[in-house]
Amino acid sequence: MLQIRWHSRAGQGAVTGAKALADVMARTGKYVQAYSVYGAEKRGAPMTAYDKIDDKPILDHSKWMIPDYVLVIDPSLVFQEEIVENTTDDTVFIVTSHLDKDDLLAMAKHLQGKKVYVIDAIKISQEEIGRAIPNTPMLGAFIKVSEIIPFEDFLVSIEDILSKFPKKIIEGNLRAIKRAYEEVK
Amino acid sequence: MAQKYELKSKEVWDGNMAAAHALRQAQVDVVAAYPITPSTPIVQNYAQFLADGYVDGEFVMVESEHSAMSACVGAAAAGGRVATATSSQGYALMVEVLYQASGMRLPIVMTVVNRALASPLNIHGDHSDLYLGRDAGWIHLIANNPQEAYDMTLCAFKIAEDERVRLPVTTNQDGFLVSHTAQVVKPLQDEDAYKFIGEYKPLNPMLDTKNPVTYGAQTEEEWHFEHKANQHKALMDSPAVIKEVFDEFEKISGRKYNLVETYKLDDADIALVLMGSAYETAILAVDKAREEGIKVGLLMPRVFRPFPYNEVAEKLKNVKAVAALDRSAPMGTTGALYNEVAGALAANGQSAIMTNYIYGLGGRDTTVEHILDVIKETNENAKAGKRVTDLQGFINLRGPKLSFN
Repeated sequence: MLQIRWHSRAGQGAVTGAKALADVMARTGKYVQAYSVYGAEKRGAPMTAYDKIDDKPILDHSKWMIPDYVLVIDPSLVFQEEIVENTTDDTVFIVTSHLDKDDLLAMAKHLQGKKVYVIDAIKISQEEIGRAIPNTPMLGAFIKVSEIIPFEDFLVSIEDILSKFPKKIIEGNLRAIKRAYEEVK
Repeated sequence: MAQKYELKSKEVWDGNMAAAHALRQAQVDVVAAYPITPSTPIVQNYAQFLADGYVDGEFVMVESEHSAMSACVGAAAAGGRVATATSSQGYALMVEVLYQASGMRLPIVMTVVNRALASPLNIHGDHSDLYLGRDAGWIHLIANNPQEAYDMTLCAFKIAEDERVRLPVTTNQDGFLVSHTAQVVKPLQDEDAYKFIGEYKPLNPMLDTKNPVTYGAQTEEEWHFEHKANQHKALMDSPAVIKEVFDEFEKISGRKYNLVETYKLDDADIALVLMGSAYETAILAVDKAREEGIKVGLLMPRVFRPFPYNEVAEKLKNVKAVAALDRSAPMGTTGALYNEVAGALAANGQSAIMTNYIYGLGGRDTTVEHILDVIKETNENAKAGKRVTDLQGFINLRGPKLSFN
């Protein structure tokens, strides 16, 4: 089973992102769970969302997991040590930051020795979508790093999932996803 | 005429979306509701379906849950198919009217997303609201995942409206763990779902003014008892209809439901009894325990009321020890599921060693490892041939160990 934990602030779209990824993977025949841990939170409060992806039905309804991937879509949460909780040496971190990896690791010491990829998902979403909703660019970065499905297949599914939105929003998200796919490192 | 909703053979829905689609497909005449976390999206999604032209019925916004259930009672007595949704404090505020609905034999369907009761305030899942409505005269069906939340809601209409039953039904799903967890759901197409439920057949509708009827009359000591006994008999007789509906549902969906669900119970020495999403988590714990040589099985009443006590006893007749896990604060005694199972065993002359565990209150996480610990303790009782563990234990409770004997 592949397990993914998102770190976000309420309102940045982690729940939507987690559900979109689950939807994409379900279309490939996988079983999925997408959920989040809610407090009585306000917009801007730190929160976590989760994806589980497996070849068989997912029965575990506990919230606890050892993530294979940690996706941090808020640049300030990168500096909180909670993002490394319950992770292993093999856990892959994809984090949002305007810093390059070396400068980031010098400050975020808890990430030193971890497998870390950096993408400026905030800047990309602001420039391509017009709002700081970094969830879809993070998905583009995740697909690049994980190689979980071919990027072209991902684009077909995500375009269909976004189809309820206006054309301008869909196109902005697709540009953001493609740019993050290219820029993550 | 409502528009047809295009559904894929597999959707990724959370439990709330699944329940909302079941309500839409049932072509409910009146939904009266007052949204409350975590069931809010059921009402919200349903209102969106209505605004988008996928629903023909009325959606009545009211000022409280007491009014919501009162409006449901009125609409059902008038002769319509009626549904609502609620959780927790909203459920509590409805309780007075829940008894009215069942006493008037109105086949209302309520999709409940189970949540803790205050105080302290908590929005997360446990079975406090389900247990609060236990004696209200409703049929209570349990769903463990979004697929089951959808399936049980479709079945609920058919069970409630059967002329041999004519009782209100709740479908129950765990707050957040099911209601806000997106999983793969295989829905029926709209026409298949509606054909399964069937056209609503009004019985003694108040809007049939040529045949005036009275609902909610007063009966004192000369007739009240007979009415209540009659109502109880309808509940006690309903399992035959529930089984028929489950069988018919299997024919169109391929998914089989039973009054009592079991997992690896046939050759088991010990059993755990629990309801809700933790039943599925416990399946993984059973598989782990069996790798360690512990022959353990699981049992879940799919139907909490009417409680299938003889079926429960029959399924547990060969086990030596049983742990009943309650997801509600028992407040002064053993948990309700423990009491039901103990009563079922006693009624059938069975004497498995019984223990009770309280877990998951207010959404406290319950993992495979936690349940594995319960299995190991229960196995100690079976091996000793008597109870050597605490009568009532608490799973994943912080602070010093709490137990009662």
